[in-house]
Amino acid sequence: MTAPLLPLLRLNGVRYRYSGATQDALHDVSLAIAPHQFHAVLGPNGSGKTTLVRVALGALVPLVGRADVIGVPASQWSRQELARVVGVVPQREDNLFPQRVRETVLLGRYPHLTLWGAERAEDHEAVDRALRACDAAQLADRWLWTLSGGEYQRVRLARALAQQPQLLVLDEPAMSLDLKHQMELFELVRGLVDQQGLGVLMITHDLNLAARFADSLLLLAEGRPVASGAPADVLTQETVETVFSWPVAMQTIDGRPQMIPLRKREELHL
Amino acid sequence: MRWTLLVVLVLLALLASVALGPAAVPLGELLHSDIVWNLRVPRALLAFLVGGSLGVAGAGLQALVRNPLADPFLLGLSGGAGLGAVLAIALHAPGPWALPLAAFVGALAALGLVYRLGLIGGAALDPRILLLGGVAIGAFAAAVTTAIVSLADAAELRNAFLWLWGGLSGASWDTVLVVALYAPIPLIVLFAASRPLDLLALGEESAGYLGADVEQVKRRVYLAASLLTAAAVAVSGVIGFVGLVVPHIARLTWGHRHRVLLPAAFLGGGALLAFADVLARTVVAPRELPVGVVTALIGVPVFTMLLRRWTIP
Repeated sequence: MTAPLLPLLRLNGVRYRYSGATQDALHDVSLAIAPHQFHAVLGPNGSGKTTLVRVALGALVPLVGRADVIGVPASQWSRQELARVVGVVPQREDNLFPQRVRETVLLGRYPHLTLWGAERAEDHEAVDRALRACDAAQLADRWLWTLSGGEYQRVRLARALAQQPQLLVLDEPAMSLDLKHQMELFELVRGLVDQQGLGVLMITHDLNLAARFADSLLLLAEGRPVASGAPADVLTQETVETVFSWPVAMQTIDGRPQMIPLRKREELHL
Repeated sequence: MRWTLLVVLVLLALLASVALGPAAVPLGELLHSDIVWNLRVPRALLAFLVGGSLGVAGAGLQALVRNPLADPFLLGLSGGAGLGAVLAIALHAPGPWALPLAAFVGALAALGLVYRLGLIGGAALDPRILLLGGVAIGAFAAAVTTAIVSLADAAELRNAFLWLWGGLSGASWDTVLVVALYAPIPLIVLFAASRPLDLLALGEESAGYLGADVEQVKRRVYLAASLLTAAAVAVSGVIGFVGLVVPHIARLTWGHRHRVLLPAAFLGGGALLAFADVLARTVVAPRELPVGVVTALIGVPVFTMLLRRWTIP
């Protein structure tokens, strides 16, 4: 295809303020995510990352600027149609009733089903494909409560994939996972981007993993964009120390910047 | 197999309701007996419809308020209906429909108040406030009801008390017809919400991301389940435990997918109430126990066993 494609997600000069708040939760934030692109949003607690996700998914309408999904304002999509295009793995959820892995992944087919119609063969095939893509096929008949944290995240990712989305939105997917499972999850997401052409918007606290795996970063502080672009341009020592108010040293591995927090000494005045 | 067993139970319950009663009707004369055609058949059908409605309403509300121990009467409807019914009894409202109508209006008033309370935080219906508001409104209505009953004379008091515990002695072909025409509408609304209810079990945020219109689903389910319960309470009083225990048995047997769970809860609720009504009118014949007493006597032990299973996943 030669015609320029519309970006899957485009935020343009977005400003948002919660009612009653004295300052903007997001101020003049822009980003664009195309297919085959892994975009990570970083920032300290309270920097507006979650608000950004809500705006991007149309749950909040920007006061100024636009938030478009494939060229249409996110808030104008019907929830069902949006769910066919965007798959979300929220930070947490709790399952009211005991459920097996295959059942919960099948819920990802909801946006493709009709009101009274039963699940079709293609729905079950999509579930199988999603489970395989997330290396979770062997978990299909397990109960959710028997899964480890890493397995559970893979299953939730599989549910989002069963929606057959073009864009994946992941909110802190690697939080509370150990090293191996963190790396596996990032490798998995990177593989989906490279092999299936998905666009990814990931919210994360982990600067180093984001720098290693993402194509571009957006660093937020108090709702304002501090830096955006390629990891090497965003994660400089000066920027990181300013935004996170902590001394760091920077190294490079695989051509990507890696941050090492330093012990805070008396003589360092930031 | 599970469905076959359930259908057999339904048929057995209906058969027992028709064959058994305080008046001995020989089996050979069942089809020609006025007692059977004018009393037992409509009563069996009404028990089945009311029990089924309570089962479905309970299952839907449990998913809505995200509390597996919710009951259709937890949301204040029984209190409102009880107040309406007791007012009708105390004021000697005439005619066969005065009492059910008063109970229905009372239930609707409670429904409206609780619904309004549920919207107190803004445009989004908050299930936690529905639950708390329901308990509060129900307690208030019960207090007013008790005040009225304590001022009533003995015969009225007995009538009011019996009504509050539920009973199907008011069944007639007319009530069956009214319920049979009314109940399918909220039932269809609830069945149509089956898949979004599955999603709602993950929480409202996740349900929305998976494509459910969460606010619309919550409103529809609350209103449909409440309207179903209001009709049930209007024709048969407050029959507890059917809406609590039946959805649980159905969940343990069929799992949590509402497309399967809701029909199972309907058939199971219908069968349970029909059986309970047979017991209510035969064990102390020629007198009659309120059927709510029977469902509670059966329901509470079953429920305590279920609580044990619930804590061991």
